[in-house]
Amino acid sequence: MTADGGPELVQLLTPEGERVHHPEYDVDLTPEELRGLYRDLVLVRRIDAEATALQRQGELGLWAQLLGQEAAQVGSGRALRPDDYAFPTYREHGVAWTRGVQPLSLLGLFRGVTNGGWDPRERNFALYTIVIGDQCLHAVGYAMGIQRDGAEQAVICYFGDGATSQGDVNEAFVFSAVYNAPVVFFCQNNQWAISEPLERQTRIPLYQRAQGFGFPGIRVDGNDVLAVLAVTQAALAAAREGQGPTLIEAFTYRMGAHTTSDDPTRYRVAADLEAWKLKDPIERVKVHLARTGMADAAFFSSVEAEAEELAVHLRDGCRALPEPPPTSMFDHVYAEPHPLVSAERAEFERYHAQFAGGAS
Amino acid sequence: MAVTTMAKALNAALRRALESDDRVLLMGEDIGKLGGVFRITDGLQKDFGESRVIDSPLAESGILGTAVGLAMRGFRPVVEIQFDGFVYPAFDQIVSQVAKHHARSSGATRMPITIRIPYGGGIGAVEHHSESPEAYFAHTAGLRVISPSNPFDAFVMLQQAVASDDPVVFLEPKRRYWDKGEVDVDADLASAMSPYRARILRDGTSATVACYGPMVRTCLEAATAAETDGVSLEVIDLRSVSPLDVPTVVASVRRTGRLVVVHEASVFLGVGAELAARVTEECFYSLEAPVLRVGGYHTPYPPSKLEEDYLPDLDRVLDAVDRALAF
Ligand SMILES: Cc1ncc(C[n+]2csc(CCOP(=O)(O)OP(=O)(O)O)c2C)c(N)n1
Ligand SMILES: [Mg+2]
Repeated sequence: MTADGGPELVQLLTPEGERVHHPEYDVDLTPEELRGLYRDLVLVRRIDAEATALQRQGELGLWAQLLGQEAAQVGSGRALRPDDYAFPTYREHGVAWTRGVQPLSLLGLFRGVTNGGWDPRERNFALYTIVIGDQCLHAVGYAMGIQRDGAEQAVICYFGDGATSQGDVNEAFVFSAVYNAPVVFFCQNNQWAISEPLERQTRIPLYQRAQGFGFPGIRVDGNDVLAVLAVTQAALAAAREGQGPTLIEAFTYRMGAHTTSDDPTRYRVAADLEAWKLKDPIERVKVHLARTGMADAAFFSSVEAEAEELAVHLRDGCRALPEPPPTSMFDHVYAEPHPLVSAERAEFERYHAQFAGGAS
Repeated sequence: MAVTTMAKALNAALRRALESDDRVLLMGEDIGKLGGVFRITDGLQKDFGESRVIDSPLAESGILGTAVGLAMRGFRPVVEIQFDGFVYPAFDQIVSQVAKHHARSSGATRMPITIRIPYGGGIGAVEHHSESPEAYFAHTAGLRVISPSNPFDAFVMLQQAVASDDPVVFLEPKRRYWDKGEVDVDADLASAMSPYRARILRDGTSATVACYGPMVRTCLEAATAAETDGVSLEVIDLRSVSPLDVPTVVASVRRTGRLVVVHEASVFLGVGAELAARVTEECFYSLEAPVLRVGGYHTPYPPSKLEEDYLPDLDRVLDAVDRALAF
């Protein structure tokens, strides 16, 4: 488990912005597509920074930052087709962006105005899952459904390095292998599960676990958007073609705190952070674009301006997010009427009406 | 006596437990260097080492399952579940193994495991961080379920839980972690009150209010408010959900004639329902009103902006008291 990811790491763009080649994986992107990825990365980082700021200002109760993981999320998210389906954890704001989920709707859960935030069917993007690992089985089940419908679609399931210890995640590996389900397991190994380093979860590199379950595992430079795109595209294609699951380990680093409630200075050293800063996922794309002449200063400043606009939109929109009416907690508990819930709602209304009456 | 927070009192209790018995082990996620997300284990790994204060892989079933094996080997595991909503991956191990080993082995294997769970709402958290799962555990024979309401009890009851040869689900009211109170750090466990007994915190004559954990402070505040209206509430801190100290409550209801039970957990099939049934069975003719319950609703714990509407508060307790008195 070398700190740099080792020789098995698939890379197409070095931290210095140099385009390199890999015997198995490649992408052939137009300059426009490359600029599009850069724009995604910058905007996603901006969404994250703005949400972090909103938490600091008390507008959000919590925020799970993705800082450092932009390429892993944008690269894998952009590999998906619209009819593929993604199952996120709570940190996949970048994937949400690539799916076209409104950034503002990501804030609701963290502001405490909803336990959901969007309709999963609209963008084939499941609701965030906070309980570690649960969604991996859902992803496999969804993939089993695709098989039964005879559809050419794939599912991608996101989870962290820490999650690989959970029973549900390992059961997901087993089910997907046994049924040859069209699912890609996308593990963002950001080296930490809150305060616990990778060594607390595994003795071997995570991608090697796949072999024991009977499907391929790949380790990709998670800070290289091109490599992530290439590797994920290949895995999704294999899934759609009936070749079953793949585990992708995106080797990256959590540059921020676990969440805004966390204080990483208690458990990790600044030196690691410094080393990973040099592998920034955005800087290398910028250097590459500039050096090859695929983008000019005007392009970069237009992306900056767009990011600024998006930040303003989030700031204003967050404060304006409607607070749910109190009785909404009784809505949708069941799909069909339930007498206990109805009775409690009536009692709730009776109780609050007393005060309304008293005040008038 | 020293004034300290519940969080610090729990930390001191764990330190004492580690010091006084070298078979005591702590296990959990992020309990080492970080000291737990609530810092309850702060500094303990540094002082007692990594083999006694164990950062576990991220797997609750793994934590409880290995705790069973460690207990069979003669250790006394004290496990931390990071938040209430994350205990369910371990539910099978707790319900099917931890709870039943003693009975299945005809008493040959003991399960002196303490399962610490920060529980309850009121801290503005995202979903799965505010739940009150006590009824699930109390419904399982073989488990003891207790919950302190103040730093003093937290300090003593946690040590008692660790010393118990039965598995104890130890529910920590997380929103009271920072409440301060007097703690007797030299308290002698042998002479301490049993953790399974309820304590009358305030004498009263108009009605009895029974509660535990996070709701105790709320009910004491309600009693203070009621006093200005000439209503005298007797407040009982149940402290234990299983066993339930029914005799103390029954004796109180015989004096007051009325009972209101308060908890954050939803009332349907909850602790209040059990207490209502027991009290009705044992002192039906002393009751001037039906036993009333105040608690959460039969809904998922709502998003945090609505938690004030969901959680029992002073007004809802007093509303129930009024209804009991008006009966
Ligand atoms: C079942 C469960 N246990 C504990 C937690 C508390 N928790 C939230 S995030 C986290 C660490 C997750 O680490 P990892 O899987 O590496 O994902 P990352 O947060 O690094 O993206 C923990 C322990 C949880 N959410 N769910
Ligand atoms: Mg991680």
